[in-house]
Amino acid sequence: MKSVEELMAIKAKMQDKVAIRKSEGQTRVVVGMATCGIAAGARPVLSAFVEGVNENGLAESVSVTQTGCIGICQYEPVVEVYEKDKEKVTYVKMTPEKAKKVVEQHLKGGAVVTEYTIGAAKL
Amino acid sequence: MIRAHVLICGGTGCTSSGSAALRAKLAEELKLKNLEDEIKIVQTGCFGLCALGPIMIVYPEGTFYSRVTVDDIPEIVEEHLLKGRIVERLVYNEAAASASKEDEAVASSLSQTQFYKKQKRVALRNCGVINPEVIDEYIAMDGYFALAKVLKEMTPDDVINTILASGLRGRGGGGFPTGKKWQLAKNLVQDGGKKYVVCNADEGDPGAFMDRSVLEGDPHAVLEAMAIAGYAIGADEGWIYVRAEYPIAVKRLNIAIAQAREYGLLGQNIFGTGFNFDIHIRLGAGAFVCGEETALLTSIEGKRGEPRVRPPFPAVKGLWGRPTVVNNVETYANIAQIILKGPEWFSSMGTEKSKGTKVFALGGKIKNTGLVEVPMGTTLREIIEDIGGGMPNGKKCKAAQTGGPSGGCIPASKIDVPIDYDNLIAIGSMMGSGGLIVMDEDTCMVDLAKFFLEFTVDESCGKCAPCRIGTVRMLEILNKITDGRGEMEDLDKLEELANYVKSASLCGLGQTAPNPVLSTLRYFRDEYIAHIVDKKCPAGVCKKLLQYHVDPDKCIGCKVCLKNCPANAISVNAAGEVKEGKKLPYVVIDPSKCVKCGACMDKCKFGAISKK
Repeated sequence: MKSVEELMAIKAKMQDKVAIRKSEGQTRVVVGMATCGIAAGARPVLSAFVEGVNENGLAESVSVTQTGCIGICQYEPVVEVYEKDKEKVTYVKMTPEKAKKVVEQHLKGGAVVTEYTIGAAKL
Repeated sequence: MIRAHVLICGGTGCTSSGSAALRAKLAEELKLKNLEDEIKIVQTGCFGLCALGPIMIVYPEGTFYSRVTVDDIPEIVEEHLLKGRIVERLVYNEAAASASKEDEAVASSLSQTQFYKKQKRVALRNCGVINPEVIDEYIAMDGYFALAKVLKEMTPDDVINTILASGLRGRGGGGFPTGKKWQLAKNLVQDGGKKYVVCNADEGDPGAFMDRSVLEGDPHAVLEAMAIAGYAIGADEGWIYVRAEYPIAVKRLNIAIAQAREYGLLGQNIFGTGFNFDIHIRLGAGAFVCGEETALLTSIEGKRGEPRVRPPFPAVKGLWGRPTVVNNVETYANIAQIILKGPEWFSSMGTEKSKGTKVFALGGKIKNTGLVEVPMGTTLREIIEDIGGGMPNGKKCKAAQTGGPSGGCIPASKIDVPIDYDNLIAIGSMMGSGGLIVMDEDTCMVDLAKFFLEFTVDESCGKCAPCRIGTVRMLEILNKITDGRGEMEDLDKLEELANYVKSASLCGLGQTAPNPVLSTLRYFRDEYIAHIVDKKCPAGVCKKLLQYHVDPDKCIGCKVCLKNCPANAISVNAAGEVKEGKKLPYVVIDPSKCVKCGACMDKCKFGAISKK
């Protein structure tokens, strides 16, 4: 180790990898992964979120987790986004392609993708 | 891509409750479910809640699973890691472990639990958070940045002034200001010759495991602090003296040293500043006296571990006669934090003369056995009742022993005293390295004093007479008392002898060995008197003073006790006879034959046998 810069580089490289353990205050993306969700294709959606979050360098501020049945099985795969001090956003009938868009526009850009939300789906 | 981390404790406590098997099974299950690319298993150091081990935490949710078995793993993988449903039955349940009934909710997140809420983790900040075998994880938590700051921006005097200003005192027990120790060693300019930095990791108190957990959970913190100390005093060589009974700690230290050398954080020309520092490990054979700093240095030199007279203090004349700084593991664990966050941050915690936090190893009759770190000035009551969860089985706290065999007993009446170095000495105990053993009504204080004295008698190195002979004589008096042969004069004799041993012994071992006796005499004299005058042990512990009795109303004459008595002390008395309107017991115990093993009492299904 010859310089502080080298140390900084290691820290920066590791930051994403340990950030998951400091989850308080993070934005949480929760994917419904009950039987209904999985049957409707929640797994590729989850994978798309995990990949998208990492590709966009958001791992430090966003965590992706799963949950059980959210209770609106006909709209699965359902994805909920919890941001600190903001109202929860619920996306329905998600696909990996839609997930990518949510990552880019909502998680990165801060703009809710209204067309995929439960409000737009007209219950 | 990794979406979840499963942290499994790899400290000694959880390793002995089977965490290695959990790790293997989890890896196998993850592979089976094709999750190995999404979920990472991290082996960490001690979380502190050893009573509930093995402990497993799943991030990002922070779900806290306790007492996990290998059979639970498939369920956790299937339900939690695959489907995202928390396995509630395995989640650490506050209501079950805590004394307070108010909070019945299942605390699934670590930081919400009573056990962690009142804690302030400085020395233990990385324990249970990072993988101690990966240097990159330590660096991610600002590791080695303090060393970089010291080497690049500070002079040795700046470093010493920072430590002085923080008010940090030695965590090994004595409480000597760390900055002063460094200053002494630094100011000795001896022909530019060698100086040494030594880490005392010879943790010998029964029931204490603070240092072990730091070494196992965050070994780099100690290495970094030793290098900082080396820079401050002008030393280029460090020694860690660690007991061979700590195999996991030794293994992780070796890994950490190798990784730090590979990164050039130990070795020549660190950060290109021309500063050289390297660290060696010396294994101790487990002699308690080697925790005393002069004995420790003698042992590192390869000689028999015996103490020598101080002064000269090691800071003046230490390892191989050169100026040497000897600090305890926990002291070092605070250093990097003080450098990075500033002395004001550190001195904002604690009491007027004791700054910062202290780690305690909670043991004895308490629900949450484990490791806790609290700001100085926290009361014993907060530690025992709020963090420790109180006594099991609703028993009452009778006393607490701090400082192990060198410390003293604190009676329940003094439980609200804020803990710091000076307060503990004022009430006849001492901080010690941080062992905290809690006792309930079932503990006999005379027996307790005997236990600790037996330990020091065994561990006395024999170099000086007051300790070698005095402690043995004291133990003989205690044995006499617990055997029922005690006389009232014995108490005065015991006290006199204790004070001689205390004032005349060569090193800390002898000087503190009488503390358990003196403090129990001070606070529980009535128990000693009960043993001597009434020939009774109020707590029902001292075997020779006990008598087993058969209750005629409960005994049904099954003779199970008779069959189980190893000494043939039980005989058939009367087959249901009634004499003078009273039922006679079916069996009687002959006190002259009884060896007081308690087998009859254990085997009796009707609770007819009791000891008095």
